[in-house]
Amino acid sequence: MYRYDNYDQTLVNERVAQFRGQVRRHLDGKLSDEEFRQLRLRNGLYYQLHAYMFRIAVPYGLFSSRQMHTLAHCARTYDRGYGHFTTRQNIQFNWPELEDVAKIMEELAKVQMHAIQTSGNVVRNVTADQYAGVAADELEDPRPYCEILRQWSTLHPEFCWLPRKFKIGVTGAAEDRAAIRLHDIGLELVSGENGEVGFKVFVGGGMGRTPIVGKVIREYLEKRHLLTYVEAVLRVYNQLGRRDDNNKARIKILVRSLGIKRFRKLVEAEWELSRDDGLELTTTEIERMQGFFAPPDYQAAGNGAAELEQQMAADPSFARWVKRNTRPHKVAGYRIAIVSVKAPGAPPGDLTDAQMDGIADLAERFSFGELRSTHEQNLVLADVAEGSLQALWEGLKALELATPNIGTLNDMICCPGLDFCALAKASTIPVAAQINEKFSDLDYLYDLGELKLKMSGCMNACGHHHVGHLGLLGVDKKGSEWYQITMGGSAGNDAALGRRIGPAIPIDGVADAIEKILVLYVELREEGERFVDTVRRTGIAPFKERVYADHP
Amino acid sequence: MQIIRNQRVEEDTWQHVSDGEPLVEGPVTVSLKRWLEERDTLSARGDIGVRLAPADELDELLADLAQISLLVLEFPAITEGRGYTQARLLRTRHGYSGEIRATGDVQHDQLSFMQRCGIDSFVVREDRDIDDALQAFGEVSVRYQPAADDETLIFHRREQG
Repeated sequence: MYRYDNYDQTLVNERVAQFRGQVRRHLDGKLSDEEFRQLRLRNGLYYQLHAYMFRIAVPYGLFSSRQMHTLAHCARTYDRGYGHFTTRQNIQFNWPELEDVAKIMEELAKVQMHAIQTSGNVVRNVTADQYAGVAADELEDPRPYCEILRQWSTLHPEFCWLPRKFKIGVTGAAEDRAAIRLHDIGLELVSGENGEVGFKVFVGGGMGRTPIVGKVIREYLEKRHLLTYVEAVLRVYNQLGRRDDNNKARIKILVRSLGIKRFRKLVEAEWELSRDDGLELTTTEIERMQGFFAPPDYQAAGNGAAELEQQMAADPSFARWVKRNTRPHKVAGYRIAIVSVKAPGAPPGDLTDAQMDGIADLAERFSFGELRSTHEQNLVLADVAEGSLQALWEGLKALELATPNIGTLNDMICCPGLDFCALAKASTIPVAAQINEKFSDLDYLYDLGELKLKMSGCMNACGHHHVGHLGLLGVDKKGSEWYQITMGGSAGNDAALGRRIGPAIPIDGVADAIEKILVLYVELREEGERFVDTVRRTGIAPFKERVYADHP
Repeated sequence: MQIIRNQRVEEDTWQHVSDGEPLVEGPVTVSLKRWLEERDTLSARGDIGVRLAPADELDELLADLAQISLLVLEFPAITEGRGYTQARLLRTRHGYSGEIRATGDVQHDQLSFMQRCGIDSFVVREDRDIDDALQAFGEVSVRYQPAADDETLIFHRREQG
């Protein structure tokens, strides 16, 4: 993984000192609440319902055991013993005291972490495929480009006050696991006509209250022009994006109002003028960055596969975990292990300090000391030898992180909701619990196959409900909590926005409504057909009829 | 009134004349609109400055840059970000070498970003401590990317050793 040099370390240290100064000026009355808000957000510090919330960057979801131990220590020392992984692969703490935040930043800086630009109208944490570098379907590892983008965008003087936040997602794989079509800029590594690898560039995607699937702005961009082109897009956006209405300020609204053709023309014209302004990357520089992400020291396969097969045959519950929670690795003899942070009864994405320490140790023992967080709010140990899987599973079981439910209904994305968030209209965590309770039979869940349930407690859509196969949106009706159901969305290569099936239903009835939908799906599906494919084939009408049969 | 100019506190020597007000002796600034309307008489004067609002197009002014010794960029709120691009383009694309000044809701924490984009003087908000704001320039010494300053992209700098 990337290691800071003196430049990176100095920047992060100086940024901590700068934040300390801002806090001091605020406490001395030299910065109003609103002014301090604008500044603290740039370091990931929010004020939520009950307390400050502090969001720490995990660049493209990659971190080390040592960093995870520091996060555990911070959860224990400065919070109430847990942390929450977000859909931007970051982690947030819900209960820090203002006077402790600079201390947390100092602790983070010691292990090469920070909270820079995890909020505010700036370029946010760049996200990537959680299987980057190990996926069998990958053309090239996206992480070196993510790190290049991270550094270029950090404290960028021209783009520090954009009209609105700006999110970039990158993938190098055939299957889009990074939802790049739902980003302000999405980048996909592709082969050009000459066989060289470059980027296909998407622009203007996003969720929130106006969900839009991104458009292709450029079919092929040479790697050396990654920064020159992205800077041209940002410059056009910084000048022309709306600043009169926060809800219309994202680049997606600008692209939609101009049309992709006109927007492309503006960007290309800007790019012509600025592409020689010193941002072109050399091959040596790209290779140097790639060196940080070189494969670890994999061992020859040996007879791990045979051993694993025996272990699976002898222990059905281990076999079930391997089948559900691991994925093929590009290197023979290894598997990708997904750590389910979706145990029934625990809020999705939450880890206790002890779990953090425990999983950091497991990563050290079984996966070269590295971990990844996913936008689906799980963790990944990417490089586990087949022969070590059982020992890893035992370790995860002891931490209650071995629920074999990846890809099932219960592996849902869920924002913090009304329990923590000042913007939320409805609570999400009790709904997750309600669903987990109703659908606790794993065999039933397996039979349902891949089903992406995504839930947001308000229309800002942090829980990505628009792109859930099944989406749940919390709304407030005269002071009580209701949920709208959408169906048929997807965040992948076939990105699509879900359609609302009808009026919102009361919060207590969510799991029952889902049950009706699932029963009908089982009746309607053809052999091997995924839920989302059935919905696309039949349309939502039959589901609507079933859900609202008793309550027209 | 005191301003920050080239990282020092100085007295402002300019007078800023509103549209419709009579011009006064000495160095004055006018709005872009007034400059375009009264260019011929204004350019006969000595020191003249032009004030640009965030939405103003630079194109209208490009041919006149050599006659203008001060450009004032307006930042009505801390969240206003267009002036950073205006300044950078004036410096790097259009070769403007006169003074560029930020005015409006201008405070400590914007200054180093503004400076990097080519702004060299600052009218710090009156209710804020101007000496305190002077400290802003040295807070973060590492720059990852070029702007209107002499910085080199961090990856180039590492290769150059």
